[in-house]
Amino acid sequence: MAMIAQVLISPLRHNKTGGSTVGQAQYGGRSVSEDDSKISDQTKQLLAVRDQRDKVAFAALFDYFAPRLKGVMMRSGCSSAQAEEVVQDVMLTVWRKASQFDPHRAQASAWIYQIGRNRHIDMLRKTNRPQPEELESMFEVEPDATQILALQQEAGQLKAAIQTLSHDQRDVIERAYLGELSHQEISTQTGLPLGTIKSRIRLGLERLRHELKGLR
Amino acid sequence: MNMSAIKHHIPDHLLAAYSAGNLSDAFALVVATHISMCSDCRASLEAHHMTGGIFLEDAPAQDISAGLKGDILAQLDNPFRPEPVHERRGIYPGPLNAALKAQDPIWKKLGMGVHQSILSADSEGSVRLLWIPAGQKVPDHGHNGLELTLVLQGSFSDETGFYGTGDLEIGDEDLEHTPTAGPDMPCICLAATDAPLRFKDFMPRLLQPLFRI
Ligand SMILES: [Zn+2]
Repeated sequence: MAMIAQVLISPLRHNKTGGSTVGQAQYGGRSVSEDDSKISDQTKQLLAVRDQRDKVAFAALFDYFAPRLKGVMMRSGCSSAQAEEVVQDVMLTVWRKASQFDPHRAQASAWIYQIGRNRHIDMLRKTNRPQPEELESMFEVEPDATQILALQQEAGQLKAAIQTLSHDQRDVIERAYLGELSHQEISTQTGLPLGTIKSRIRLGLERLRHELKGLR
Repeated sequence: MNMSAIKHHIPDHLLAAYSAGNLSDAFALVVATHISMCSDCRASLEAHHMTGGIFLEDAPAQDISAGLKGDILAQLDNPFRPEPVHERRGIYPGPLNAALKAQDPIWKKLGMGVHQSILSADSEGSVRLLWIPAGQKVPDHGHNGLELTLVLQGSFSDETGFYGTGDLEIGDEDLEHTPTAGPDMPCICLAATDAPLRFKDFMPRLLQPLFRI
């Protein structure tokens, strides 16, 4: 697995050293396909953290996510100092739990979102929120660039769908996902397009279901 | 266990709230336990996380204090204690086994052969295990708030349908039901509410706070 992960992150490394063009280089006898080079920087960086414990990649993830995480925390009423306390906790959790990141199931932003929500709530309540069982067998699966890209494409479509929503709809759904609405409020909000979102990623869900069932 | 047999799943508003961290611990335990048994809902949860991730990507960035990144990088090699991982134990999936602290439930008699084991009860709501003898009818009761009931073993049926292992029943103010455990084996459920149950004839209402039901 380490070998293949290396292939996935190699475009990142090449850019840093000003190396050859991504797309033709050979690593470990396997050619870097066009697909690999389209995988988002954040996913590649998180794989480098997971598989190589790469601190440079971690620093790049910090630069991207820390200001956004802080923005989300301050939206929900944290002071700057409190928000940074949560950011620190979330980013350390990202480093420590990176072995649980599975790029076939989650984009880097989705995985870090989930850690961010959990850590924020756990710190507020001083408890550990109940978490589903991890699917251990998932991590023995070799990274498959085609599948990772398919997920990325679905996220792109979902993002485009969210952008077509009216301002009010977008606002309410954003508040739901940033933890500002209770489940009662989510269920009674008229015009909350959870269904739209679900149907947009229906194909992705089918694929995920299929994949998860294969693990049982 | 045949995973595809699950028919009654977590509704989207609860999954979205769980994804955002906005469910009480009692409801979150039921949701996490169901997801541990159900790949459909696990896939849906990933979709909700994906949506959350998109809003995180689009969130307004706030400047980070100068020293924070260096502080965090300096801590990467520090030893840390990994959170304990609780695996499934018998009929109890990981998150439930964690709530039980990997111990067998302590069952208390509730009457008519029904037993319960309260896992937590506070002002936000309660969560408990219920053990119902095979074929036993549980008295007609209604709900003040929301009640989630997840079947861990056996099955029950009521006015709204059949609930097998892994199925989740959502009860609200409108539901008055008389669940009956399936005939083959005792039915064990995980039930969470955000309000005390209103038993009609199970126990005098005045005693309810005493028994925390
Ligand atoms: Zn389900």
